[in-house]
Amino acid sequence: MSAPTVTAPPPRSSESTAITPPRTVRRHWTEHGLVFVAPFLVVYALFLLWPLLYGVKMSLGDDNIAGTDSHFIGFDNYAEALQDPDVWSSLWNTVWFTILSTVPLVLVGLGLALLAHHLRVVQWLWRLSWFAPFLLPSGVVGLLFMWVIFPSDFGFADQALASLGLHPGIGWLTDERYAMLSIVATTVWWTVGFNFLLYLAALQAIPQHLYEAAELDGAGAWARLRNITLPMLRRTTGVVVVLQILASLKIFDQVYIMTAGGPDDSTRPILQYVYQAGFTGYRIGYASAVSYLFFALIVIVSLIHLRLTRRASEEGARI
Amino acid sequence: MSAETAVTRTKTGASADAGAGRRFRWSPGRIAMLLIALALVVLWVLPLAWAVATSLKPEGETTTTPLKWIGSTITFGAYREVWKSGDIAQWMFNSAYISVMTTLLTVVLCAMAAYGFSRTEFRGRKVLYGLVLAGIMVPPQVLMAPLFAEMVSMGLVDTYWGVILPQVAVPAMVFILVKFFDGVPRELEEAAFVDGAGRWRVFWTIVMPLSRPVLAAVAIFTFISTWNNFLWPFLVTTDPNGMTLPVGLVNVQSSYGLRYAQMMASVVIAGLPLLVVFTLFQRQIVRGVAHTGLAGQ
Repeated sequence: MSAPTVTAPPPRSSESTAITPPRTVRRHWTEHGLVFVAPFLVVYALFLLWPLLYGVKMSLGDDNIAGTDSHFIGFDNYAEALQDPDVWSSLWNTVWFTILSTVPLVLVGLGLALLAHHLRVVQWLWRLSWFAPFLLPSGVVGLLFMWVIFPSDFGFADQALASLGLHPGIGWLTDERYAMLSIVATTVWWTVGFNFLLYLAALQAIPQHLYEAAELDGAGAWARLRNITLPMLRRTTGVVVVLQILASLKIFDQVYIMTAGGPDDSTRPILQYVYQAGFTGYRIGYASAVSYLFFALIVIVSLIHLRLTRRASEEGARI
Repeated sequence: MSAETAVTRTKTGASADAGAGRRFRWSPGRIAMLLIALALVVLWVLPLAWAVATSLKPEGETTTTPLKWIGSTITFGAYREVWKSGDIAQWMFNSAYISVMTTLLTVVLCAMAAYGFSRTEFRGRKVLYGLVLAGIMVPPQVLMAPLFAEMVSMGLVDTYWGVILPQVAVPAMVFILVKFFDGVPRELEEAAFVDGAGRWRVFWTIVMPLSRPVLAAVAIFTFISTWNNFLWPFLVTTDPNGMTLPVGLVNVQSSYGLRYAQMMASVVIAGLPLLVVFTLFQRQIVRGVAHTGLAGQ
């Protein structure tokens, strides 16, 4: 044991990612790479792969929540889902929320990052106040806005308007015209910090000499922003937008907590419809079918993301 | 050199960019930016401040108009009431237990798997790793129905493990750690192999300590996302005693009736641990978000 037979480390080939330990210790079964990955794979198979496949089977049957009496009914659930007006309206609500939220979440995130980056002072203050809400549980955020910010009349939002001399009494969460916008505002307040940090890191990575050169050429602050900063942020923006779309499409928590999908289902997202079909309507097979339609949407966006990041890393390699 | 820069400065007028090595100047443009930034800070802090202010008012003065920040007295009565009811303490324990266990298991399982994928060679490694990577695309929400059915048949509904296990195998974390291990030089490990150490010794005594920063990032993010997770614990717990803090609060919100001070006191209690985590680990969290946008999902 103490006298190694191999004096030089094994030669490393550039293609192989593995290191080969010396023969003396190699044979024991615990040295096998599979032993390292097996525990993860077991949990992964049990709680991700299996439900993913089992869900396909469920979506092809008329399962109820107790799992009794299920029959194979082929693609009936999918056919029904495609004709279900509730599927389409909740899908539209989801997409509408995604559009309404992604634009301000990206732009405000960028704006906050530009401010923090250029100001340079009290960085902790910007990070604390703009990013910290991101760490709060959706339950906390939802209850906070629903109970003391958005109630009509005595709520903080209404009273703030009143103190500006405007007419209060807006049904922030109960009026169809405002409910979705209130949820968007809550979401921007809550999660913009994430995009803010991504942009801030990207800004700090822009080489300083570009600005110095531009300044020597007499470029003003505005010209530098337009011709250096924004082009250099293009790649980050691509990533931020796709991540944001993926996150927004998965909306459930804050809607369920604040409006329960109302008023009149006008804010109900697709995931809430899945929940209702499966857990309050007990049609778990149908719920699975709807959730796979949603999954297809997510996969399409993810593939776009993958292509973007791959192209980004290829560009990175070229530089 | 410095004279030259000074000349260019005066020529270009107010400069509003942040150079790492430059001197910082309070130009009018920058002062305007500062004012905008401070206004936005106020806007972001207001809802939280209002929650705290409401929680400190006597019940019955929480819905007065026009709004007042401070009631007739400042009282911690709402906090006392909420804590006395016992539910919050129980939920807090549940959340802490579930989050700590999930974090420990995630870090250990994902690190081991990542080491296996990054450093060892075995038949099927590439296929298995591809299978794990594909899982990044699967949103946990899509699995709610089949996973719940599975939990029913395993008898894990209303148990801690029922909440913990589905949150443990996070393919994105494996991906992040594989990337990290790929970038770690192999010389140390090779030297240890030469000295006769086995793979396990090398993993636990060399690789893991070496990876402390990235493991800390993974751990912090896992903890936060587990503590904050709503949908899964909401689905898999029906017994109020087994609920996590956010789920418990949402579940009983109607029983608060019109006691807004108590409602806000429990909201503050539920949010506080995360603000503590943030102030303790601000650097790691910020760096973690910046380097691995994935972890935020």
